[in-house]
Amino acid sequence: MNNVLEARAGREGKKGDCSVHLVRTDSGGVSIEVASTAGDMFAENIRADAKRALDCLGIEHCRLAVDDAGALDYVIQARVEAAARRLWPVEGPGCLPVTRVEYGPPRRERLRRTRLYMPGNNPDLMRNGGLFGADCVILDLEDSVSPAEKDAARVLVRNTLLCVDYFGCERIVRINPLSTEYGEADLEMIVPCGVDTILIPKCESAGDVRGVEEIVSRIEKEHGIGHEVLLMPLIETARGVLGAFEVAGASERVVALCFGAEDFTADIGAERTREGTESFTARSLIVLGAKAAGIQAIDTVFSDIADEEGLVASTEEAMALGFEGKGVIHPAQIAPVHKVFTPSPERIEYAKKVVAAIEKARSEGSGVATIGSKMIDAPIEARARKILRLAEALGLLAGE
Amino acid sequence: MIRNALGRSIPEEIDGRKLRPFEGAHAGHGGGRTAGAPIRASVDYTDKLRSSLDEVLDDIALRDGMTVSFHHHLRNGDNVVNMVVDKLAERGLKDLTLAPSALFPVHEPLIRHIESGVISHVEGSMNGPVGRACSLGRMKRTCVLRSHGGRYRAIQDGDLHVDVAFIAAPAADAFGNCNGHSGPSACGVMGYALADSLYADHVVVLTDNLMPFPVHPWVIRGGHVDHVCVVDRLGDPSQIISGTTVMTRSPTRQLIGEYAARLVRDAGLLDEPGFSFQAGAGGVPLAFLNYLGGIMRAKGVTASFARGGSNAYLVRMLEEGLVGYILDGQCFDLEGVRSLRENPRHLETDPFTSYCYHTKGNFAPMVKVGILGATEIDVDFNVNVNTHSDGWLLHGIGGFTDVTDSYMTIIAAPLLRGRLPVIVDSVTTVTAPGEVIDVLVTERGIAVNPAREDILRRLEGTDLPLTSIQELRRMAAETVGEPAKPQFEERIVALIEWRDGTVIDVVRQLKQEAQG
Repeated sequence: MNNVLEARAGREGKKGDCSVHLVRTDSGGVSIEVASTAGDMFAENIRADAKRALDCLGIEHCRLAVDDAGALDYVIQARVEAAARRLWPVEGPGCLPVTRVEYGPPRRERLRRTRLYMPGNNPDLMRNGGLFGADCVILDLEDSVSPAEKDAARVLVRNTLLCVDYFGCERIVRINPLSTEYGEADLEMIVPCGVDTILIPKCESAGDVRGVEEIVSRIEKEHGIGHEVLLMPLIETARGVLGAFEVAGASERVVALCFGAEDFTADIGAERTREGTESFTARSLIVLGAKAAGIQAIDTVFSDIADEEGLVASTEEAMALGFEGKGVIHPAQIAPVHKVFTPSPERIEYAKKVVAAIEKARSEGSGVATIGSKMIDAPIEARARKILRLAEALGLLAGE
Repeated sequence: MIRNALGRSIPEEIDGRKLRPFEGAHAGHGGGRTAGAPIRASVDYTDKLRSSLDEVLDDIALRDGMTVSFHHHLRNGDNVVNMVVDKLAERGLKDLTLAPSALFPVHEPLIRHIESGVISHVEGSMNGPVGRACSLGRMKRTCVLRSHGGRYRAIQDGDLHVDVAFIAAPAADAFGNCNGHSGPSACGVMGYALADSLYADHVVVLTDNLMPFPVHPWVIRGGHVDHVCVVDRLGDPSQIISGTTVMTRSPTRQLIGEYAARLVRDAGLLDEPGFSFQAGAGGVPLAFLNYLGGIMRAKGVTASFARGGSNAYLVRMLEEGLVGYILDGQCFDLEGVRSLRENPRHLETDPFTSYCYHTKGNFAPMVKVGILGATEIDVDFNVNVNTHSDGWLLHGIGGFTDVTDSYMTIIAAPLLRGRLPVIVDSVTTVTAPGEVIDVLVTERGIAVNPAREDILRRLEGTDLPLTSIQELRRMAAETVGEPAKPQFEERIVALIEWRDGTVIDVVRQLKQEAQG
């Protein structure tokens, strides 16, 4: 029996959020008090949203106060549910909001030039996260959420997945490591609710990936989910770097290896620099591990959002090393990163020439072609076709 | 009651004054003759200098019910309005009409003078706390809200007769020449005080920076000034230049600014000779300026002029040669003040040259793009900048309706503020009719007024996220649900005047349960 009598959830006075104060009572039914920055305009809506969550969780007696700063319905429900979960054990899925977005099964092959990180306990940032043109969004339950709010963020991220349209971005959730008390609970709540990909922090071995895979498979079976959720291990320790190939090949579900420089530099006892010399070898090893396993490699974030020049240099270096994308922490970083990962018209033209030459040679019964004095062989063709696939995905071949 | 051209009910008369209903944005053609100040003789003006406000007031025939006016270039740092009204209250005056070009939160102490009957009502502009008092019905008479150009027109036409104009002047000489270019309270442009200086019965210049004759440029000319009075300080310099000029970090606001800049580019306006634009302070306009500057640099094009509110970003564009001139209505930061003082291509303007509808021309229609914010916009593109969706009157019109004369008037606003939708079925209060609003830019799509077929044609084949305003409305409603509507009393507390002096809408007193 839980002896806690009252609980709070939500961030007080933060735009787009609300804080709730829930008190257990034994009788007297449900009473809901509402205060809002929008005055009385949404008082009835807020009351109805809160009531829906309480009904859904089977709570018949309580006193609830909602202090609202412009929260949407699914946020209010998430905050009420989070507070309730701190007072009562909840059986079953909890209070799922009415789904208002459509999404298909996760797609293995896709562009992952940018993955926009958003803190999982901040509804205002997550609401508009799909508007900025990132290839992927990451709703983060790990480092950007304090231990005391892990449970509340989990409910909010679940509701966000069900209610916020990310317009075809890959919807990634970074869970907490399975070695913590949060990791498995994160998966239980997130996997059934339309997540595309799980970002697994601090991966060091195949076991780390397989542990997640087992739980994910079980949840998929239990919920009759007809598709396979994808996995994306995050390498951020010395051991992880040395185990990159093993991690990359640990599961069929793994689509990319990601690098996390902040934890890595701390792990090896170095300082993080603008140039990133301290992680050069690690990044190369991650690219090698990923490519050897036939998956994508994605570079770490560039953490100074005001330094666009540094961001571009860091992205150019990442591309030169073989990375396909980069993490971003602010929407302003998206356009510069995309620009670097977008093939120039000259490269596209050359790739077209290569493919045309090799096809012509093939039709004439030869396996080798030339452009000018340069021999065109299989790897050059493969690279050219990759550029053209990328160009097509980006709509750069339109009208042809 | 009569219905105006937008179907809003307007009383035929209020406080003994006949009202003219709004007939259309450009239906008015003037007529009649302008007002004029009394004729004086220079022989009576050999010594205008007074050492205290009391001395000045001793020299003026003060009476109950008179109109006193102020400009708002000192913004939230202004000390003058409170100081003068306190003095008038001390002298036992009642039923004054307060005619400021704008009020700020710093003017909250006026509420006590409103409640005690010293001030009967406000004509011009109200913001924040005084607007709140108006919404609650605390004023004895009906307030009138006018744009900057509308205020000039009302004074010029004689609709608003100013008995005493108090002009805060950061730099003045003993003859009354003054400007805002220097001194501890430097505010830059001072054009909002021009009409007051030309048409008031009595003109008082207050300064904390008395300079040797002649102060030049004489934005306000000494020949119009009755008295010059030195006071300790006009205001708080840290608040004169308010903090609305920091680049927004909100990704959503940046995105709206980016869309607006791309709209201007893709409409082909940058490629035509004589491109010009207006963008003031605030998150979205600054983001717009930032993106527009980037596009202009990349394309190697320039604007013939930009209309300020000046700020550091606009000044940089001027100094870089991206804009030929700044035609400035007010300075939003110290960079604006410095540039105005130093750069011969940074010109000081007033509402007569830029905004007034009853003139033989002003340059507002020459501006190609005007970017503006709003509290509400409805599916007919009518815009509200005065009241919030909950019915509170919290903002003046500013230059809003005057800027709508530009070729492409853009409302740039987020789809939601908190949970409140910005796009509604019908605005709570109409400040500007849909016929003058051309494009709505939100973070979730751009809607062009269907009446602007020329703009729609310009945008064919672009990759802008074009949609309809109905679709944006639907999107907002689906996200937030339907808010409750505010409840109003019958009593009208304020008139919203269109630029030509007709009434476009009224604001009613808010019903307060607590008031019983």
